[in-house]
Amino acid sequence: MQPFGFEAKPGVPASYRSIEAWGMTHRADAHTLRPRTIAEVQASVQAAHAAGMTLGPRGTGCSYGDASVNTGGWSLDITGLNRVLDFDVATGIANCEAGVTIEGLWKHSLPHGYWPKVVSGTMFPTLAGTVSANIHGKNNFAVGTIGDAVLDLDLVLADGQVRTCSRTENSELFHAVIGAFGMLGLISRVRLGTKQVHSGDLEVTAQATLNLAEMMAYFEEHKATADYLVGWIDCFGTGKLLGRGLIHNARYLEPGEDERPLEQTLALAHQELPSTIMGLFPKSEMWEILKYFANDGGMRLINGAKYVSGLFEGNRRPTRQAHAAFAFLLDYVPNWKRAYGAGGLIQYQPFVPNETAHDVYTECMRWNQRKGFVPYLGVFKRHRPDPFLMTYATDGWSMAMDFKVTPGNRAELWQHCRELTEIVLAGGGRFYFAKDLVIEPRDAERMFPAANLQRFLELKAELDPEGLFVTDLWRRVFAPLARERGLLQ
Amino acid sequence: MGAELVRRLADRGYRVAALARRQAALDDVAAGRPNVLTYVHDVTDGPAVADQFEACASALGGCDLMIYAAGVMCDIGPEEYNTEKDFQQLAVNLAGCVAWGNEAARYMASKRHGMIVGISSIAGDRGRKPFPTYHAAKAGVSTYLESLRNRLAASSVHVLTVKPGTVHTPMTAGLTDLKWPITAEVAVDGILNAIDKQKNTVYIPLRWLFVSLVIRSLPSFVFRRLNF
Repeated sequence: MQPFGFEAKPGVPASYRSIEAWGMTHRADAHTLRPRTIAEVQASVQAAHAAGMTLGPRGTGCSYGDASVNTGGWSLDITGLNRVLDFDVATGIANCEAGVTIEGLWKHSLPHGYWPKVVSGTMFPTLAGTVSANIHGKNNFAVGTIGDAVLDLDLVLADGQVRTCSRTENSELFHAVIGAFGMLGLISRVRLGTKQVHSGDLEVTAQATLNLAEMMAYFEEHKATADYLVGWIDCFGTGKLLGRGLIHNARYLEPGEDERPLEQTLALAHQELPSTIMGLFPKSEMWEILKYFANDGGMRLINGAKYVSGLFEGNRRPTRQAHAAFAFLLDYVPNWKRAYGAGGLIQYQPFVPNETAHDVYTECMRWNQRKGFVPYLGVFKRHRPDPFLMTYATDGWSMAMDFKVTPGNRAELWQHCRELTEIVLAGGGRFYFAKDLVIEPRDAERMFPAANLQRFLELKAELDPEGLFVTDLWRRVFAPLARERGLLQ
Repeated sequence: MGAELVRRLADRGYRVAALARRQAALDDVAAGRPNVLTYVHDVTDGPAVADQFEACASALGGCDLMIYAAGVMCDIGPEEYNTEKDFQQLAVNLAGCVAWGNEAARYMASKRHGMIVGISSIAGDRGRKPFPTYHAAKAGVSTYLESLRNRLAASSVHVLTVKPGTVHTPMTAGLTDLKWPITAEVAVDGILNAIDKQKNTVYIPLRWLFVSLVIRSLPSFVFRRLNF
């Protein structure tokens, strides 16, 4: 007997919460189920069925847009399934419940000498989320997406059954569910490979570049030897300096190259991001200061200063940097998104094939400047194709652009993105739904190979005929297409 | 006080969900106020609070303000030690506040918006002779709300602790020698003012702040000899 007669209700833990897009641009209150076991995931599915509610799968909510928000329905929070079930120290293969985060994975694997093959710019997403979005890292050109690192996974279907999928077992479903944003089923377990490393540090070389062409040339020259390549772009640069930026090129150290003992650099303490700036100012408060710079003038200044300091950094010799410090740039300033103010931000990340990339991005950057929507952050990466059904990747490039959203500019900004989308689609480009809030059904029709899109919608109708798994992303982009094709009432 | 808060908030134009044990009392408050929703609820039913909070918040279309106004003070004799009565007081005054505070805190933190108001009491500032468990429960409420305030500050959620002195309410109806009593209407004026001004802690009326400063500074060897 608990005090005051309190006895927790049986069943899946649930609470009422506000479910928000990471970019703070979109939110809905929802009854949120937080299962802790596979059986509770199945019970959640049954409960939603019984209540006649839809279920929006969600991890830690790191998608910039509406991929984890389910307006008017329930939310299923997978973060309670957060155990690393097994880690093989001989092969680096990790078998994890799908609510394990990238952070949980690397903190488990690195002391054994393994680093995840693919990580995002933040360590907080779950494996369920990263696999559902089929995320990429700064090493996409070399190792592919996280889907390429997955060996097998368990999927809880809309009827409550669990299906194990791999390249040999339920292979079609395996390739479809990776990148399906939770619409075919709930990923409840993931087994994936990690990479053996011989130091807790990477060797990082910085190179400033005057413009986009120079940056692309550097990437092409170094992509055979680099392990990671990422370009930062000052989107305020104009004329000959259009697309000026700074590249960070990192490589793993060879065995014996790091003179320090392995245990020292693999230790979590060596990887921790500092919590203060210059040992004094707590970074958790930093966004309160940054918000005064979150305007065109301030961001022009910050971007310009970063570029100039990059010119000096680029003259220095290669430096050593811990894996976590290099990989998780977005975690350097906690809550930095809040500097953007209550309106939040969107990220717009077109993927463009190699042949047209330079022209498309140049036109996009010019168009941004002409329309007065200059991204406050631009990040440039090299990509390669992957074998998944809903692939966004191409043998080409991506440029992520962060736009500030305010109540006043929202309609205009969406119109601006519409215009950018026309430029990108004309160049054979694609979009990535973890970052998106602006793509429309007809854009999706143009970006995906027709057969892939059709098959995805058929699989959805087959596996989830009652439309149990729904998010606002599905409603915005895919439901109209499915309806048109008679695959959804 | 809760009823008066509902009336005044509703008359300001807010959509309000009112909860009480008796439907008759709810009907009384909601009469002529279509923007008041009513729910029969017992705050000592801890396991029911989560669903009840969700029902209210979803019916209102969100929750920007949660006020916990439930309170009981049992009549306790000077030499009476009655665990049943004391548990009842803890359940209504403290455990109910925690149950509702937790639901509101989790929801508002996820929204990074909102305000939680708890009606504690000047009685929580020191443990006097008459009502040991009432004093303890209100001290618990004050401390709990202070913790919530500190926890939720980073999420832009505000927490207000209200410490009224003596107010003419059904709870104090049986008591004869009330010191400086005020009406519920006056108390609610003060509470609404504190909500509008986003205060942290407010004594109603203000003179109780000075009383509190004095009694909080009294050493125990003096305090225990006082008869109040």
